[in-house]
Amino acid sequence: MHEMGIASSILDTVAAEAQKRPGTRLVSVGLRIGELSGVSPEALDFCFQCLVKGTDLESIGLEIERSPRRHRCPKCAREFDVIDYDPTCPDCGEFSTALVSGDEMEIVYLEVADG
Amino acid sequence: MSRVSVKRKVLKENDRIAGELRSGFRSRSVLTLNLISSPGSGKTSLLEQSLRRFPRGLRTAVLTGDIETDNDAKRLAPFGFAVKQITTGGACHLDAQMVERGLSTLGTQDIDVLFIENVGNLVCPASFDLGEACKIVVLSVTEGEDKPLKYPATFVKADLVVLNKIDLLPYVPFDISRARENAKRVHPGIDILEVSCTTGQGIDEWLRWVEKRLETVRKAEPR
Repeated sequence: MHEMGIASSILDTVAAEAQKRPGTRLVSVGLRIGELSGVSPEALDFCFQCLVKGTDLESIGLEIERSPRRHRCPKCAREFDVIDYDPTCPDCGEFSTALVSGDEMEIVYLEVADG
Repeated sequence: MSRVSVKRKVLKENDRIAGELRSGFRSRSVLTLNLISSPGSGKTSLLEQSLRRFPRGLRTAVLTGDIETDNDAKRLAPFGFAVKQITTGGACHLDAQMVERGLSTLGTQDIDVLFIENVGNLVCPASFDLGEACKIVVLSVTEGEDKPLKYPATFVKADLVVLNKIDLLPYVPFDISRARENAKRVHPGIDILEVSCTTGQGIDEWLRWVEKRLETVRKAEPR
């Protein structure tokens, strides 16, 4: 249920960006939401649509890219996507590998159209 | 139509405040620990044991979060340390701003160890940095041993699992070695301590873990 607070943070940024660009119209917001971010893309989209409904920003869509959980092996430096929670390095078999990405929540881009 | 690159963290305001809190804690050599668990795993019981058994010279303070009631602050007040309740009024997690406000009402800055007891929830607290030195998950043996697999975000970000209620092991089907395996699978570097807040078993090891972390904080930035 914390998706509402997160949607509200996104809306703050989007509204500020919209103000910076008079004469244009924001079409969509590109987000990168990691598998490990603890955020459900569907719930986030639902909350965002609830917030913008009836406002000038009503037509904005969210484009959410779900980024995988990636680990790095400290022994052989291989980076790999973790599948089925298994952190074992596929090259050298090292178990103690470290998270490098997959927990991010980022606004990546805005799609802007003329007026 | 054109695409404008933005590259901004969604929770940048929370992260900004958390960053300020973290540098404040560092400069005062305060060890801040963010306790996360599902409701009823024993966060408050662990704090009761800690306040009861930690050395009196260790200046400990607690910010305890709940959606409603100040029951936890009342439970922890008799031990004579600074304790403040943060009531979120519906929010399922603490955020950095609530901690900032809570700190200002704590009435003291002379703290060695600050415990932040998050709202009982294994999902949402993982997303919000509170400026802590580390997150700690409390998991109890009356839950499933697959909790780390079901809630990986929390376990990935935690440095320690406190496995609580081990006095109940003879009565529940909890497989402790599988629980350890699952926690390590999600986060290979995670530490695991077994405790019972009812009998006090394992609390000395918990105290040693906290003291070791405090030493690290003090070495990093001498007072």
